[in-house]
Amino acid sequence: MDNFLQVLLDGVLNGLVYALVAAGLSLIWGVMDVINFAHGEFLMVGMYVSYWLGFILKIDPLFSWVAAGLFLFILGAVTYKIIIRNSLGKSGMAPLLATFGLSMVLKNFCMNRFTPNFRLLSGTILEGKTLSFGGAIISVPQLVTALFALVVLSLLYWMLKKTRLGWAIQATAMDKEAAELMGIKTENIFLLVFGIGGACVGITGGLMTSYLAVYPEVGGLFSLIAFVVVALGGFGSIPGALLAALLIGLVESFSGFYIAAVVKYVAVFAVYLAVILLRPRGLFGW
Amino acid sequence: MTKKTTLSDRLWYLFLAAALVLPFIPGGIGNSFHGHVLTMVLLYAAMAQAWNIISGYCGQTSFGHAVFFGIGAYGAAMAVVQFNTLPWYGAPVGAVVAAVTSVLISAPCFKLKGHYFAIATFAIVEIFSRLFMIWDWVGGAIGLDYPILDDGWRNFSWSSDKNGYYLGALALFTLIFGVVRWIESHRMGYYFRAVREGQETAESLGVHSTAVKLSAMALSAGLTALCGAFFAQYNYRVDPPMVMSLDISMKFLLITILGGLGTFWGPLLGAAVLIPLQEYTRAYLSHLGSGVDLIIFGIIIILTMIKQPMGIMGIIRGVTRRTSTVPAKEGDA
Repeated sequence: MDNFLQVLLDGVLNGLVYALVAAGLSLIWGVMDVINFAHGEFLMVGMYVSYWLGFILKIDPLFSWVAAGLFLFILGAVTYKIIIRNSLGKSGMAPLLATFGLSMVLKNFCMNRFTPNFRLLSGTILEGKTLSFGGAIISVPQLVTALFALVVLSLLYWMLKKTRLGWAIQATAMDKEAAELMGIKTENIFLLVFGIGGACVGITGGLMTSYLAVYPEVGGLFSLIAFVVVALGGFGSIPGALLAALLIGLVESFSGFYIAAVVKYVAVFAVYLAVILLRPRGLFGW
Repeated sequence: MTKKTTLSDRLWYLFLAAALVLPFIPGGIGNSFHGHVLTMVLLYAAMAQAWNIISGYCGQTSFGHAVFFGIGAYGAAMAVVQFNTLPWYGAPVGAVVAAVTSVLISAPCFKLKGHYFAIATFAIVEIFSRLFMIWDWVGGAIGLDYPILDDGWRNFSWSSDKNGYYLGALALFTLIFGVVRWIESHRMGYYFRAVREGQETAESLGVHSTAVKLSAMALSAGLTALCGAFFAQYNYRVDPPMVMSLDISMKFLLITILGGLGTFWGPLLGAAVLIPLQEYTRAYLSHLGSGVDLIIFGIIIILTMIKQPMGIMGIIRGVTRRTSTVPAKEGDA
């Protein structure tokens, strides 16, 4: 029974982190119908920002996530200005492939500059701290990241549903031309959405350096999981992404523990396929 | 299409003649680095063309081709390493298994639209590569290493003079491009393009779109597997990241789209630009550290998508459209 609780908690914590990784992707996908293939590399860049701030300036990831979020907001906005705006609408695959090109550039730039070595921050405030809960052990850095995920996702959801900006974003997602006729500057909305998408994943990456090592290929698996989460949740749906991410986190931890660690991602992707074939637009898709 | 020889026909026969003569010229291929690059150009052009059948002509963008490529590679390698027999038996078995697998995978996935189809095919690549990683019979994560074999066509293996590999790649290239040439001018090609341009319209005219898509997929997967078998023979080993990763799947897309999606010459043009670029930058820019070749590769992809998503064929059409009074038509190539 102890094992069960441990596995359950691991799944939920991982799931919440996946939800935050996926939130930015979901927003961009929902509003612009673009898959940002460089999403995992954005996460990696966020992790490097926080790692170097921690390593050189001794700023703890508990604070440097702000810088990582800001940096990625700018990177997202620049990506939109230079790459997405110029490839959008030209052909269906153009933005996807352009961002794939960007992912190659970012990954190999970091490979070239920072070597493929794994880098883990030491001496962080939360390092090695654990909580015990009914016999299960929780890693505090992971718990903090998961709680952040809940806060950021709630803010994002509130912003979309309750603010004028959120309504403008939703209007743009529904019908770009009609939104323009209503006086919404959709160009600015797209720019902002890409920036916010980048900021979400930057914050996640910034926090993750408190318990995960950073290396140039760290984004690969996270981006795949984020794609699966978004497609499973239904594009553009923040609650959908949250529930899908929890499902994926639980499938990962339970199959990893009760079947075998090596099959956990096979199980994740198989569950995804099974669900998507039954509900081709995702659990909460339109 | 009439029986009249077109410019494209003439270019095709001229290209084949030139490519066939090359290894018999001293210094043509042999054991040289440019021989290796030319062999890779032919192989990747063939792979991209096989992908082009389902994704370019039939309009179903597949990110799953690494699975079929990998099955073909494992087919040849298993024949040699585990069964101590000839790759000539493994390759066709791999092609058939790949074609059957592709139909089993695609039949449910074809009902997914747009990005959902794309992500489902990513997931399938991940499932297959992870299963091959833990499947001991096929070598698991370590993969399969070839034993030392006698040179020659029997083992499809050459250690010093690489003309054999070049000719093998040329044969594969000719087969796959030949198949596409044949399809383009026959009923099947019209079915493919009808489904791409509008599934509902095609069905209303009596085209059974699911059967058309599945047959295009099976053909594409089988031919892709043959390329995989060649790749295993050429590298003398296989392991899952090498033959069954998403990066391999992306190669099919990038080459075809850089050259021109859904065009006959696109895959060759794309491979002729990207492969030498990658091989020569890897060889000559290595002093700048690792990854420089892939950074340049990435920048070219970004620029292509921003400037000309129709690829090199798009640029060529733009030029010919400006210089000739006869408008170039979509699908002519």
